[in-house]
Amino acid sequence: MTQLPTSTDRKLGLVIDLDTCVGCHACVISCKGWNTENYGAPLSDQSAYGANPSGTFLNRVHSYEVQPEEGAAQLIHFPKSCLHCEDAPCVTVCPTGASYKRVEDGIVLVNESDCIGCGLCAWACPYGARELDAAEGVMKKCTLCVDRIYNENLPEEDREPACVRTCPAGARHFGDFADPNSNVSKLTAERGGMDLMPEQGTKPVNKYLLPRPKDKMEEIDILAPLLAPIALEPKGFMAWLDKTLEKI
Amino acid sequence: MHPAPSVIIFTSLSGLGFGLLVLLGLGLPAPTGIMAFIYFALAYALAVGGLMASTFHLGHPERAFKAFSQWKTSWLSREAWLAVAALIVMALYGAGLVFYDLALAPLGWLGASLSLATVYSTSMIYAQLKTIPRWNTPLTSLLFVILSIAGGGLLAVQIPVALPLLVGAGIVQVVYWIWGDQAFDESGTNMASATRLGDQGSVRAFEPPHTGTNYLLYEFVHVVGRKHAAKLRIISLILMIGTPVLILSMNENIFLILIAVLAHAAGLFVSRWLFFAQAEHVVGLYYGKR
Repeated sequence: MTQLPTSTDRKLGLVIDLDTCVGCHACVISCKGWNTENYGAPLSDQSAYGANPSGTFLNRVHSYEVQPEEGAAQLIHFPKSCLHCEDAPCVTVCPTGASYKRVEDGIVLVNESDCIGCGLCAWACPYGARELDAAEGVMKKCTLCVDRIYNENLPEEDREPACVRTCPAGARHFGDFADPNSNVSKLTAERGGMDLMPEQGTKPVNKYLLPRPKDKMEEIDILAPLLAPIALEPKGFMAWLDKTLEKI
Repeated sequence: MHPAPSVIIFTSLSGLGFGLLVLLGLGLPAPTGIMAFIYFALAYALAVGGLMASTFHLGHPERAFKAFSQWKTSWLSREAWLAVAALIVMALYGAGLVFYDLALAPLGWLGASLSLATVYSTSMIYAQLKTIPRWNTPLTSLLFVILSIAGGGLLAVQIPVALPLLVGAGIVQVVYWIWGDQAFDESGTNMASATRLGDQGSVRAFEPPHTGTNYLLYEFVHVVGRKHAAKLRIISLILMIGTPVLILSMNENIFLILIAVLAHAAGLFVSRWLFFAQAEHVVGLYYGKR
């Protein structure tokens, strides 16, 4: 049923550290790879080598320029996938019961054999986490790699979402937010994990850690006072040329 | 939002069809025999035709029956139930009129209520979405319902009912547009709340995730044609409200009323096109678009 559980035993999700993300898109590729080869309908591409390529992705990395009032602008890479919201609006709008939130771990999933591809769940999601696959006609979304995290056929270190496993910068962390001693709970508490669009009332499980302020190196240069300043005013021929050109 | 023809046809035609069923259920008019058959056939053609159109945009229309299962939470599911219930009750009421010259008034009232509830549930599919500030208001339901019964009154040629409803619908439509134009800015969702980077400086989308387009941009960020919105609003008002009001208040000639009906339907399509094309989804913010 598409009624949301009042509470879930565990709250599995991700912490994404915007301070650490280098914007390499490795998580995008590993996500696409794993979720095309494993659970559910593959993530199709349309005209992948043509003039207008497009395709289904469950994880996309945006890049934003942040211009502070003073100082240089900063580029921030911003990976975005399903936030596995506690109050997931995508689940309650589903007319068929294909979308559901699991009571045992809080993962939001789509039962693809029940999905009619009406797209209403994607309309209800403020984050753009759901994409209707153009080839299969069913809704695709992040499964938190439910077929990895409990998979006993995989070595223990691989039992985490593909995006987390592959991140070379360690910008993605996977864990249980219901456990106050988990890595993700501690990180969120230490760094002040943020909800995206809190005013939408979705109560996202995934948290974002904002870039920390840049530190400044104090200028220590004992030679500087001894060096003569470079003459900025031109002399001789260059001065004449400058004046003449100015007059024209 | 992408103004898909299937949803524009669905909401417009089924709105008119169920609006006509509301009037017929209330006995406005209460024809019998062959005339009743013509009225009911028209109402069913519009209502059922509209509902059929809504399945065209589905990825898997063959599973559409599954949409009846989640009535506890989903407005789309509730709409499916209410539509079927309204169509069955009104078929019984219509059969009484067509075959037995018998108007079972309480059955008609029940059918009218169910038809009205169907239009309301259609409107709630859109009005419930917090992600689309322009739709997330009770005004959406008011607009859908008043347009539906005004159109129904026009189709039923009930001039004393249709005239004030058409004028009322015109007023609601104008208020809806004016209110809607500031809904996104007033919603509190913006680039800063989407990225939470607002405290660090002004945020600008620098680079999208992919060079190509995607489902989200196609479905939610529709900018083509918005520039003609002001003109289209006037065209819509003239066709949907002005023309029928002028004709109804002057003349009862059946050919002129047919023109009024066609003008109303054309204006309604334009209004519904604007309803989708002008609706901005908050996900556009992540792409620096509206």
